[in-house]
Amino acid sequence: MFEDTDRKLCIICSKGTLDMAYPGLVLANAALMEGIDVTMFFTFWGLDIINERKMRNLKFVPIGNPSMPIPNAIGGLPGMTNMATAVMKREIAGLGFPPIDEFLEMITDAGGKLYACKMSVDMFEDMRMMDEDDLFERVEGVVGATDFMEMSKDAQIIFI
Amino acid sequence: MTTQRVVAGTAVDFDDDGFMDKPEQWSEDVAETLAGEIGISPLTDRHWQVIEFCRSDFQAQGEIPTLRRITTVGGVPTKELYKLFPKGPAKKVAYVSGLKKPSGCI
Repeated sequence: MFEDTDRKLCIICSKGTLDMAYPGLVLANAALMEGIDVTMFFTFWGLDIINERKMRNLKFVPIGNPSMPIPNAIGGLPGMTNMATAVMKREIAGLGFPPIDEFLEMITDAGGKLYACKMSVDMFEDMRMMDEDDLFERVEGVVGATDFMEMSKDAQIIFI
Repeated sequence: MTTQRVVAGTAVDFDDDGFMDKPEQWSEDVAETLAGEIGISPLTDRHWQVIEFCRSDFQAQGEIPTLRRITTVGGVPTKELYKLFPKGPAKKVAYVSGLKKPSGCI
């Protein structure tokens, strides 16, 4: 029941909206609670999750989402994104889940490793959308796709 | 289905998941023995702080506290929890505290 596991999990986070940030964080934390080795790799918009200037302000966008019970014409009105985001944040907190920055601290305190994707960092720096210095201090490093292949050897991979 | 075995000299019922079925059968001696079985020995003051928080919180709330609750309310930081109960603290804490297998996601 409590045998040590050599299971390894790599989670790739490619989306930067609030609703797409949490699944990766929840799974990473759950794996750590089970004694599973966890590496998280943040690419493209997923970099927002580990961007000091953005991570506390991730949004949930209600338009273009057929699961939302409101029409796009309403969801697209000014202020709707902020309202939907506030509601989702309140629900998440109510269920006992921490905000993004605190969640990342928990995951790294539990031994999880965070890496940023080099191509994405280079691209967003080129577009003046971010600076490597903006990365959350707990991020271990900026690595390329081939590095990721080495890191994820023998690991199960989840792409979000 | 429960199975019974003798732990620290007393009969203890375990559920299908292998966790204690009746929290009232728990004692400090039982906790020491269960902890030893899963490689945690001896139990230090900090272990006891976690165990006592879990038991009292369970009694008050009727729910097994999540690891996040143990850190935010119980006052034991995440890093330390993973040191005290290495490799899968959530289940180990519940097991030693005489509680059921935790089902929370956090």
